[in-house]
Amino acid sequence: MKIFLKLFAIAAAFGMAPAAALAAPAPAPVAPATATSAAPATAGAPAASDQSANSAAAVPAAPAQLAPTEGFGQPDGRYGLQDPVSPIGVRGLWFHDWILMPLIVAISIFVLFLLLWVVFRYRRSANPVPTRNTHNTFLEIVWTAVPVLILVFIAVPSIDLLRAQYDPPPADLTVKVTGNQWYWTYEYPDLGVNFDSNMLTDDQARAAREPRQLGVDNRMVVPVGAVVKVITTASDVIHSFGVPALWIKMDAVPGRLNETWFRADRPGVYYGVCYELCGARHGYMPIAVEVVSREAFAQWVASRGGHMPGARPAAAAQAAPPATVAATEGTASTPAPSNVVAATETPATTNQGATR
Amino acid sequence: MTDTTANAVHFEAAHGHDAHHDADHKPGFFVRWFMSTNHKDIGTLYLIFAVTAGIIGGTISGLMRVELAQPGVQYLGYWANALHHFLGMPDATVDEAHHMWNVLVSAHGLIMVFFMVMPAMIGGFGNWFVPIMIGAPDMAFPRMNNISFWLLPPAFILLLGSSFVSGGSGLGAGVGWTVYAPLSTSGSVGPAVDMAIFALHLAGASSILGAINFITTIFNMRAPGMTLHKMPLFVWSILVTAFLLLLSLPVLAGAITMLLTDRNFGTHFFDAAGGGDPILYQHLFWFFGHPEVYIMILPGFGMVSQVIATFSRKPVFGYLGMAYAMVAIGVIGFVVWAHHMFTVGMDVNTKMYFTAATMVIAVPTGIKIFSWIATMWGGSLTFQAPMLWALGFIFMFTVGGVTGVVLANAAVDVQFQDTYYVVAHFHYVLSLGAVFSLFAGWYYWFGKMWGKQYNELLAQIHFWLFFIGVNVMFFPMHFLGAEGMQRRVPDYADAFAHWNHVASAYGYSLMAAGMAFFFINVFWSLFAGKKAPDNQWGEGATTLEWTLSSPPPYHQFETLPVIDDNAHH
Repeated sequence: MKIFLKLFAIAAAFGMAPAAALAAPAPAPVAPATATSAAPATAGAPAASDQSANSAAAVPAAPAQLAPTEGFGQPDGRYGLQDPVSPIGVRGLWFHDWILMPLIVAISIFVLFLLLWVVFRYRRSANPVPTRNTHNTFLEIVWTAVPVLILVFIAVPSIDLLRAQYDPPPADLTVKVTGNQWYWTYEYPDLGVNFDSNMLTDDQARAAREPRQLGVDNRMVVPVGAVVKVITTASDVIHSFGVPALWIKMDAVPGRLNETWFRADRPGVYYGVCYELCGARHGYMPIAVEVVSREAFAQWVASRGGHMPGARPAAAAQAAPPATVAATEGTASTPAPSNVVAATETPATTNQGATR
Repeated sequence: MTDTTANAVHFEAAHGHDAHHDADHKPGFFVRWFMSTNHKDIGTLYLIFAVTAGIIGGTISGLMRVELAQPGVQYLGYWANALHHFLGMPDATVDEAHHMWNVLVSAHGLIMVFFMVMPAMIGGFGNWFVPIMIGAPDMAFPRMNNISFWLLPPAFILLLGSSFVSGGSGLGAGVGWTVYAPLSTSGSVGPAVDMAIFALHLAGASSILGAINFITTIFNMRAPGMTLHKMPLFVWSILVTAFLLLLSLPVLAGAITMLLTDRNFGTHFFDAAGGGDPILYQHLFWFFGHPEVYIMILPGFGMVSQVIATFSRKPVFGYLGMAYAMVAIGVIGFVVWAHHMFTVGMDVNTKMYFTAATMVIAVPTGIKIFSWIATMWGGSLTFQAPMLWALGFIFMFTVGGVTGVVLANAAVDVQFQDTYYVVAHFHYVLSLGAVFSLFAGWYYWFGKMWGKQYNELLAQIHFWLFFIGVNVMFFPMHFLGAEGMQRRVPDYADAFAHWNHVASAYGYSLMAAGMAFFFINVFWSLFAGKKAPDNQWGEGATTLEWTLSSPPPYHQFETLPVIDDNAHH
């Protein structure tokens, strides 16, 4: 099991630099990111408003969970892909809906039309004497060359999109996701947050107004507009972490660290599932990603006993390798006492986890 | 350009009077059917085996569709309990019931691939018609042909038997037909997975021996004048398929042997904790697995080419292009395997390569589709059952092919990987592609093989029910997959209920009703069918099997036919 420790260390190391990146914009007003999000942003608002109530407690209460929206971030029985909320997803959806689909529909209809035509025109009663024509060099060149051109036409935007998927902006947040038989473990290595996520039973889901087979007890929460680096691995067999609306899917392989990323531009709850056969309860380890405002995210981190890397000079963050130490230093730069949450301060600097 | 077909006039001597007398001397029942060295008898054995396996595999898919008909788990518990009680065990736990789902999924896949499609196409129709079509008396290695077949029943018994022993979290091997490590190693204790691996070993050995036999036969036993470029396209397709088998199956054998030693002898080929790599298994598996999907479809291409030419009363259009398109598909099929693994964490350059290489396959496939249409163009078409299946094949394979182009894009595959979209895609190319070509071949050669004509009305009803049924069943799976429904699960989010219900209640039922007509037709025709003439399809049927009686003599071509170089065009 030494190897897992090693891998964990690597994962933590990956997480360090992005932590600094998150630290910089966090204390600033959160407007830019949330402003881009339209209507569903209101869902996040009540959560942010009760922060003063929470702050008196030793461990702040979690912000209210966002309610899932029907037909958004989850399947609704439509004919196509879910509405994407990440920039890659928007591009991917466009590529699928406006390049691939028209082409394959046109090709299928073209072949169907040709088939119907020969069936009609060259049926025996209409054409009793067959020709013996078996060659036409020009035609053969055409139906070799035209598909090649069509494929090149597809390949250019396809490769471009692929390159964009592999060219993430600097990460604001790192989440390490571990697949287990049969639940997910989420770890925010820079924030000291670590928890398991299990599927709700049908009864629990009904009570919680969560979609059956998709609702979980502990959601993965990320701030809106943040570039989230997702590191996937597994503790037993191969799982696959996939969330359609975020346009990500990455296998979680024991002994490997796979990396992908997303940026969710709208608050909301986005559901996914395990996509790789992983044993008896493969169909029973869903994923719920809750995208919230930055304030609500900080509040959630605090409620989880974590700490935001907050108002701390970037230089200090780089000098301090372990996450807990970095957090302690971060509090030193804030006016609040080290183990008391300053109610009036931005919750981004809460550090309950660091004092445990 | 030479013609692809032989001129019948030149080998009338082949079944002259004396030859016919000797040719029909058949051994007794046991020797004939259990120690058979006759390619036609072995072909028949393969077909009987494939139909049996198809009934079992199709029944399993029925069980799965019943369970998936509505959200929630309704029947798995009962089935698992029934199995447990049958074995004198206590009630199944919830996990054991869920494990059973994975066993059903795995068994359906393995049975349909290794014990239905491959034996029917290569072992059945290949054995029956490759020697006849090239004017050979039999296969090159008749006894090896026998062992090729007889390795399959024990393999099948091992696979079915694995359902009754422990596979970790329940009875049976619940690892999918891909048998990914580490689910198949540390994730599945108990003998079930070992038995399934042995089943694959035996089936693989059977196919390798068969491939050697076909290659040798086709290269060495063609009748005088039957040059490679005159061989019927079905023979070409079997030749390419045999090479794919010969080159890819040893890789599978190696990979699953490594699984076996990882499981039982403490090796760590696929165990990261010991320096191995689970992804290595996937590379090895798909290096076999992708050629394997062409192994399942290429003989179908060959059969469809024969059928289209026959019922168009025209030679195949662009014969050389058709033959070398299959060669090209076979070659490219070996360099695209990792498109099954776009989400395992490969780097971007690798994904770009596999995206591009995969799309290239669309070019030779397009050549085939358009050449079939061009074959019909100017023809004089009739629409007996084989032609209906072939026409259905062309369109359904096109639909399955274009969704393959979608999936080839690594950037988009991230949405579709391991969803029902993939299930829809490969059922369109297999259940509507390979299986349609199998039925085309079945009806095309039914009279030739059994000497009785099938019933045309029943065959047409079979086609239309099956055609509508499988489309209603599989087309909505594109919608399910696009929305993100994952493969291999017994329960799903409620939003997926509608299309699952459609697939189960209407799709599967219609398909099953179609199959009922198939079986009625088989029995009715075998017992009460009209005697089939030597050539029931007329002037379009120009390959050598139509020059023989129906059924052909027990030993054909004791005097080799001579294929005229100047056969008319």
